[in-house]
Amino acid sequence: MKAWLCAIDHKRVGILYILSALLFFLAGGMEAMVMRAQLAAPNLKLITPEIYNQMFTMHGTTMIFLVAMPVLTGFGVYLVPLMIGANEMALPRLGALSFWLQLFGGVLLYISFASGSAPAAGWFSYAPLSEKAFSTGAGVDYWALALLLITGGVVGSAINLIVTVLTERAPGMTMRLVPLFVWSTFITSVMILFALPALAAALVMLLSDRLLHARFFDPAQGGSPLLWQHYFWIFGHPEVYIVVLPAFGMISEIIPVFSRKPVFGYPFMATSTVAIAFLSYGVWAHHMFAVALGRNFLAVFAAASMLIAVPTGMKIFSWIATMWGGAIRFSTAMMFAVAFLLEFTIGGLSGVAFAAVPVDWQLTDTYFVVAHIHYVLFGGTVFALLAATHYWFPKMSGRLMDDKLGRSSFWLIVLGFNAAVFVQHFLGLMGMTRRVYTYPNLPWFGPLNLISTVGAAILVFGIFIFLCNVGMSLLFGAPAGDDPWNAWTLEWAAASPPLQENFAEIPEVRSRRPLWDRKHPEAPDWMSV
Amino acid sequence: MSAVGFPFSPHSPQTEAIAAVFSIVLAIAAAIFLVVASGVAYCSVRFRAREGAGEPRQLFGSRGIEVLWTVVPLMIVAGLFVITVRAMVLIDAPQDSSRTPDLIITGHQWWWDARYPSGAVATGDIHIPAGRRQLVRIESTDVIHDFWVPELARKMDAVPGRPSYIWLEADAPGTYSGTCSEFCGAQHAWMRFRVVAEPEATFSAWLRRQLEESPEPTGAAVEGGRLFRAKKCVDCHSAVSVKGPSLAHLASREFLGSGIARNTPGNLALWLTDPQAAKPGNHMPLTPLSATERDALLAFLESLQ
Repeated sequence: MKAWLCAIDHKRVGILYILSALLFFLAGGMEAMVMRAQLAAPNLKLITPEIYNQMFTMHGTTMIFLVAMPVLTGFGVYLVPLMIGANEMALPRLGALSFWLQLFGGVLLYISFASGSAPAAGWFSYAPLSEKAFSTGAGVDYWALALLLITGGVVGSAINLIVTVLTERAPGMTMRLVPLFVWSTFITSVMILFALPALAAALVMLLSDRLLHARFFDPAQGGSPLLWQHYFWIFGHPEVYIVVLPAFGMISEIIPVFSRKPVFGYPFMATSTVAIAFLSYGVWAHHMFAVALGRNFLAVFAAASMLIAVPTGMKIFSWIATMWGGAIRFSTAMMFAVAFLLEFTIGGLSGVAFAAVPVDWQLTDTYFVVAHIHYVLFGGTVFALLAATHYWFPKMSGRLMDDKLGRSSFWLIVLGFNAAVFVQHFLGLMGMTRRVYTYPNLPWFGPLNLISTVGAAILVFGIFIFLCNVGMSLLFGAPAGDDPWNAWTLEWAAASPPLQENFAEIPEVRSRRPLWDRKHPEAPDWMSV
Repeated sequence: MSAVGFPFSPHSPQTEAIAAVFSIVLAIAAAIFLVVASGVAYCSVRFRAREGAGEPRQLFGSRGIEVLWTVVPLMIVAGLFVITVRAMVLIDAPQDSSRTPDLIITGHQWWWDARYPSGAVATGDIHIPAGRRQLVRIESTDVIHDFWVPELARKMDAVPGRPSYIWLEADAPGTYSGTCSEFCGAQHAWMRFRVVAEPEATFSAWLRRQLEESPEPTGAAVEGGRLFRAKKCVDCHSAVSVKGPSLAHLASREFLGSGIARNTPGNLALWLTDPQAAKPGNHMPLTPLSATERDALLAFLESLQ
């Protein structure tokens, strides 16, 4: 116990991140199920509007700040040193501090339930609804203070990852040779440094308004509600890529290994990640298309929002090209990775629809957006995480996950997720707005919502099977060995699980696939590239 | 409320333009998804590992193909951008505060009202003349709302302190469902309304009727009218107040509470005796009423034809 509480070793801190994210994932999932139950039929009164609004506020905040970011950070902190041939993070104590800041931010957020007024102004907390005049309880204060703590933790871990990648790489591993997961974690961390301060500034302004009677966002006193939106989305849209780019990196590790080919077009892949990061700062106003901001202003953001689809699309094509001509092994990890390609493509394409401003003028704030973000964040990030868990679990635990249970959970999750979310496209098109605690009995609204709720229940069952698989494999799984997938990156040269000191001897690196070179001395990569 | 507000059953030139853009986007998206899905499916079947086969040929990339799948999407995106901007020009109303709007629509927690230049105020059902484009100013008195009639117009945020303008137009007479489309607090779900598009003559007659007083109350309604003032209901429920919806011509409305309930004597009585049960979270204070007072008020409200 004490070993975990005082842990500064990157592997332990990484596991702590992943476990805390799992805990909050269960909380956020429960909140989602409460909402789906309330929406199962028109005019239900299972919960009050206030509770419903707390549920979607907490669900969004939890899934972004306490699940997506920590779990990706956890994988980053665990894997980056192993992948670059290092024995430790550059700043191990900062790593531990970052984790505990993040965790206690989450605890503070959830204490708001006990205070009797959980935040109910949405994860985006638009002013003036989030101001004291309209959100009278302490919920939004808890929310803002919790997010400030979390912001501190996130920035700390980002600095740690940047410094680690820059300074701890094995001899010979230039920045052009790092694995793509390391590269995307690196770029993501740089994005965090520029995006999160905007959020922190906005939170301080909101708290000043609420607690110190400042007037940043109060139009009656010369403030501007739109100021909040600009600040929030300057953070908020890069944030989407912050929780998607590391997932891209995972897919770029997994698909090549199970296709038995190197990733197609590494330089393009690395460059497109930078392009996405760069463009993501120029798209925030597409969250504000329904505000009268002026046609030319909107057109600029429309152009950037469309452009960002190009580097993203390149990645999808590169992954398919990686599979092309390969010898594909459909392990559970690969199945989730391939499903990711399809699910994420749906989310990406519906995103392009929103970049077309007139379409956004109809569909923003409807269930079409709910479908879009869930295809991106669940179909994208969570599917990649499920692939990553099946792929790296043997490294972290020393045991293999059960393939049969893996397949059952895969099909249940695919079926449940698509049933729950795909129909929401139609609901949005039919005019169902999001963030409503109930809806009138209009044609199709009832049946489609019921399908969505049933799908969500199937999804929960699939996740349950997945968790059973994790638990049982941890106890009874077959020993994995150091390199169960016959893979190519350095983490597979360490023991499973890695010893306190990852590498007794720091490996020398001459190509992007050091273990391929070791296994194929007759045709090493550094001779062919 | 009434029919489904399907945004792509457009009933105005503006929403037709939006539907056209959406159809193009949908076609492009479907085509791209088909390419991706067939690529994935083909690889999954054709390149599955065979028993005993060695490592496949190691291919690291191909500059030509990579340039191709950068340039082709760039061209698609460029085309889409042109279509987008063209449609925006067609749909967008001038954001020009010097011009007198035909209609001022204001969002409140949680109802909408529409004010006409003649002084008429409509709550619940907003009437417009069919076939004539209306310049509408959108305002809010409290938090951010969003005015959305999917079949008739783009949605527009109602930002407090920052009026904005849209074209509202219906190409044929009819009743079109609308709702608030920006989360605005406890009862965001019930901030619905209808737009009633009528032929010019019917519309003018309706507009005239709005300016007429309801007939003098008689019987129990006389006492109800007195209570309406004595119990301070009138402080919020008047055409000039922004604290509560105007109750003018209440008896002719089909719904109460922006769509949460039908306008029946029973539902109306619930509003009088327990507003929080009628619409949880709403801002109407609880005013203790005896049974006779309640019935008198009810009679008065029912008399507001």
